[in-house]
Amino acid sequence: MSNMILKRLLGSPLVLFVVALLIFFVLRLAAGDPAAVIAGDKATAADIERIREQFGLTGPVWKQFLIWLGRVLQGDLGHSYYMRQDVAELIARRIVPTLSLATGTILISVLIAVPLGTIVATRPGGLLDRLVMSGSVAAFSIPVFIVGYLLIWFFGLHLRWFPVQGYVAPSVSLAGWLHRLVLPCTTLSVMFIALIARVTRASVLDALGEEHVRTARAKGLYEWQVVLRHALNNAAVPIVTIIGISVALLIGGVVVTETIFAIPGLGMLTVDAILNRDFPTVQGVVLFFSVVYVAINLIVDLTYLLLDPRIRS
Amino acid sequence: MKRMNNILMLAAVAAVCAGSAIAQDRPTTLRIVPQSNVTLLDPIWSSAYVTRNHGYMIYDTLFGTTADGQTQPQMVETWTVSESGLVWDFTLREGLTFSDGAAVTSADVIASLKRWSSRDAVGRILAARLDRYEAIDERNVRITLNQVFGPMVQALGKSASNVAFIMPARIVEAAGNDQITEYIGSGPFVFAQDEYEPGVRLVYTRNTGYVPRGEPANGTTGGKVAGVDRVEWVILRDAQTQLSALQAGDVDLLEVPGFELYPALRANDDIKLFDRLPSGQMLFARFNHLLPPFNDVRIRQAAMAALGQEAVLKVQVGDAELYEACRSIFPCGSALSSDSDLLGLTPDLDRARALLAEAGYDGTPVVLMRPTDLSVLAKAPLVAQQQLQAAGFKVDLQSMDWQSLISRRAKKDVTAEGGWNMFISAFGLGDLMSPLSIPTLNASGESGYFGWQDNPALEALKARFVEAATPEAQAEIAAEIQREALTSGAYVPLGQVYAPTAMRKSVEGFLSANGASLYWNVTP
Repeated sequence: MSNMILKRLLGSPLVLFVVALLIFFVLRLAAGDPAAVIAGDKATAADIERIREQFGLTGPVWKQFLIWLGRVLQGDLGHSYYMRQDVAELIARRIVPTLSLATGTILISVLIAVPLGTIVATRPGGLLDRLVMSGSVAAFSIPVFIVGYLLIWFFGLHLRWFPVQGYVAPSVSLAGWLHRLVLPCTTLSVMFIALIARVTRASVLDALGEEHVRTARAKGLYEWQVVLRHALNNAAVPIVTIIGISVALLIGGVVVTETIFAIPGLGMLTVDAILNRDFPTVQGVVLFFSVVYVAINLIVDLTYLLLDPRIRS
Repeated sequence: MKRMNNILMLAAVAAVCAGSAIAQDRPTTLRIVPQSNVTLLDPIWSSAYVTRNHGYMIYDTLFGTTADGQTQPQMVETWTVSESGLVWDFTLREGLTFSDGAAVTSADVIASLKRWSSRDAVGRILAARLDRYEAIDERNVRITLNQVFGPMVQALGKSASNVAFIMPARIVEAAGNDQITEYIGSGPFVFAQDEYEPGVRLVYTRNTGYVPRGEPANGTTGGKVAGVDRVEWVILRDAQTQLSALQAGDVDLLEVPGFELYPALRANDDIKLFDRLPSGQMLFARFNHLLPPFNDVRIRQAAMAALGQEAVLKVQVGDAELYEACRSIFPCGSALSSDSDLLGLTPDLDRARALLAEAGYDGTPVVLMRPTDLSVLAKAPLVAQQQLQAAGFKVDLQSMDWQSLISRRAKKDVTAEGGWNMFISAFGLGDLMSPLSIPTLNASGESGYFGWQDNPALEALKARFVEAATPEAQAEIAAEIQREALTSGAYVPLGQVYAPTAMRKSVEGFLSANGASLYWNVTP
């Protein structure tokens, strides 16, 4: 196992290098010139050329890549063309709303989906099982923005329980922060509740058929003890895996949710940067997300060690 | 019991007093959703309307424009012009200061005008006729010309981009050829740079040192009295989110709602619409004059005949109350507009086919660029494609996002190497009130507006317009300019679209001038 973790640790820089290479060259291949965007509607060709030189967009692309990579290795993610701030500073400012949204979503998802999946696994084929399973297909299929608009309409405009958009930093108001996160987190968690509940149900159902569970029942344990101590414990590895995958999938989901609810997080920053051809920001944010993705995978692998003694041995 | 009542009464009085004290302390805030994200903060560098509106928050101008288009003095107290029309003297109002406390001086005015006239289309005409600027003293500026420039005060007071905002000389000089990085003005609000979050919100606070004029506010003229302590510009990209935010009262005003939102806005009793006429935009199709097939005037005229405004507007806008066909290059109803037979409301396919046959059109495909992410322009190219094909054109419709389009339209290469033949865009009606500020009338060849028409006759007519002494003479020359522009197929106007501003019913005092949204005088 330690070899596996060592391999993962050693492989991570390579993964990040490939991501850096891809994002840099894909951005250059995409249509759109940041200098033309910055120069504005009435700029002349000379204006555009001057800006191109100013932002170091004139030399060979490979040379630009090496310069950027060298700076990244020194911890400098560059300077945003249009926000006129350091990319690292921008990420630091925007990470809290995204982290709040992601954490809230995962918490809601796990707290609802794992018990739900476990309960229905104990009565497969029952009415609740069929309801949850068909409901999860629907929940997984509905686009995030539709869920968001429906929740805004019902809870925001009809009942007036929650604000329809915006974000308040926890340092400004903890209650305001929580209040404004309820709808976006719920919106985003619908899909993940469906996903995690289905995997939990399948894993617990498998575990309930194992011989050690039969033995536990034969020992006269209560059913809830059998399910919680013996079945759920053994079903933990696939559940943790799907939670890990969910966190990674969240990266895509936050872009839509942040746009619908006007949350100034990394998702909105990425969209803005792409629309404005703000190369340093796109590169920096994608690289940052890649680091997060690699770290999550590593954490999931380490969690296997804790949960499954067979892997430890 | 009586004692209890007294206690309750005292408590109630205390609560009311405390409440009113809180209400007095709490700053009044107006929250608005601007027409788009503000990507650039320098209103001289950028001609984006949203950046121009940002400029009006924090800067002042020498002259202003009333809601009905009249020019009035603003920072200027008095002015004179010599009999020759070559020497202009301006005296600034007393007590004008920038928000950093420094007095506004002649040096600031001269530095600002020099920078503005190096970037703005009308400003460049002024610069070409300029002999020198002189700071007579702290409050008196003289502009000496070597050729007459009739619309001097209109140019200095125009609200079409770029507006001649007055900035501190030190900031202008520090910027050089780049954008400014410090945003200090002498306008009614102060830009709260520490609260600025790009792509999220912009905050403006009341400029307590601002000295308003005595006249009532009217467009960009008169007393610019801030009605609130703070104005927050909240950037909401999603149209549905904008609507929800206004319905819920999270924001007070949507500057330019999407066309699809109007039925819901009209149906809501808490919301009212403000028609900012002559605000709105004119759609147009622009040709690339350098490349075949549109390097032949007959083929440009054929395309003009093939395009019919009504179908384009109906598909693009849908709501009949939000568009109007217009047979003029100037906004219909404006001083210079006049109907032209060369602009059809419906396609004239027979004329288009005859012109194509006369020109010997060889089937060269027309590369028509379509911005898919800009809903106000995304559908019009689809209609244009069908109309051009019906006339016999071969059309290669290429979809892309708006930023790709504006990057690509700067290319003069042949179409096989990334060039283009045609795109559809829109200008604010405020920009189209004068032939001098219409970018598509720039016919100076490869240094001109994208499409690069080279038409000395059109340029000569514009020069005559500059020297016209009376509004009647200007209107006469404007009609000639329109005829020349349309005969030479400079571009094809495709009609006017409107987007009334939506606001909560409680909002009072909203002002506008030629499409600029102005937030002094407003109370939420």
